[in-house]
Amino acid sequence: MDTSTPPKTRIVTDQEAEDISRVEELAYELKINEVMTATPITLAPELRMREVLEIFRKKRISGAPVITGDGNLVGILSMEDLIRCLIDTDLDASISKYMTTKLITVANTDPIIEALKKFVGTNFGRLLVVDKNQKLAGIITKGDINRGILKALEHDYQTEEIKKYRASHLFEDIESDRTSLILRYKIKQGDFNRGGQASSNIKRALIRLGASKQIARRCGIAIYEAEMNLIIHTTEGGVLRVEIESNQITIDAYDYGPGIKDVQLALKPGYSTASEAIREMGFGAGMGLANISRCVDQMKIESVLGKGTRLKMRLFLENDHPNNALTIDSEE
Amino acid sequence: MTDIAKIIKELDLRLLTSEKDFSDIQVTSGYTSDLLSCVMAGAQNHGIWVTLQAHNNIIAVAALLDLSAIIITEDSIPDPATIIKANEEEISLLSSKHNSYWVVGKLWELGIKAE
Repeated sequence: MDTSTPPKTRIVTDQEAEDISRVEELAYELKINEVMTATPITLAPELRMREVLEIFRKKRISGAPVITGDGNLVGILSMEDLIRCLIDTDLDASISKYMTTKLITVANTDPIIEALKKFVGTNFGRLLVVDKNQKLAGIITKGDINRGILKALEHDYQTEEIKKYRASHLFEDIESDRTSLILRYKIKQGDFNRGGQASSNIKRALIRLGASKQIARRCGIAIYEAEMNLIIHTTEGGVLRVEIESNQITIDAYDYGPGIKDVQLALKPGYSTASEAIREMGFGAGMGLANISRCVDQMKIESVLGKGTRLKMRLFLENDHPNNALTIDSEE
Repeated sequence: MTDIAKIIKELDLRLLTSEKDFSDIQVTSGYTSDLLSCVMAGAQNHGIWVTLQAHNNIIAVAALLDLSAIIITEDSIPDPATIIKANEEEISLLSSKHNSYWVVGKLWELGIKAE
């Protein structure tokens, strides 16, 4: 005999919590007074049933609260009550004879879930909404709740759309044969304090534009190395120019001197011309250009001694390009 | 794999940047070098970096690589501007009086091993 079965307790797991639909959430968020009919048609208890028939027919309603002259809620009259009266052929009777006096009310400040529970529990088509003084504030039907939820969902959807409308839509929204966004950064020679700032900013911009983390990281590393080269090795700094297109990112790092004596040697991992002081800071490992070529799809370096250096790098955003380091096909 | 709270405790590290919930930050890999380009080439995402360097460029490197923390060894102390920048970039700086070799050895013992 097994009596050890534990009582079933309802614990909402994280997964279930995630699955709770927005509609269910809204049932708790929306207040009854946000969706109810606030100025319903009301009936006086002395009215004849014949007159009610006329009101229901004209106003196309199937029920109404009954209120005395001094504003007290005394009952509710529905189509069912009217039918009972018709069967009795008693249309000259007053409302008070046929109205339902057992009142199912909900508070106007309650969430609509309270109204839904009462609909399920009673099978009534409409509930009376009362304020904190128990005076009639309105009536609520299932239709009111549906409309309220639909309106809230529509509002949610619009807010979501606005949130999604970020920089990443730039390329889709602007029509041209070739759209690009160009970012330029002036890099000062010897400005170690701001070293890495341009590359961090570019990485952040790429993420905002919807680039993958992988691409942003590769760009970040390549641009960092180029940026540090401008800070460490140039006579008067240089410029980083990043051109972002929907299919590729082209990075230009150029300066006005002193130029590289032997480009092939500079490309050799471990070779560096950095001074002792620079090396002490951890730069000058001779790995900069090697790191760049590892991170970009294409790379081209041109240098004229005494004039300057231009390093051009390119990353493709689609994966169908082989890594052709050291070649950039065409100059545009 | 271990969390930074445990690393701080076991290695008796001093936190130089803002307090956070370090028990929540898991470290799966580590790297050590004082050459920034080598770190750029070798350190993995969310790894921990052990270095003697304390100047502010280590923050840029760590931020670009999304490292979770830097352990600065031999009581080398970064200047206040570096610490401010580290807080801005959400990079945690930890200081040890020991040398890099000792720190790496301890990290290895805690289960952060190289492939």
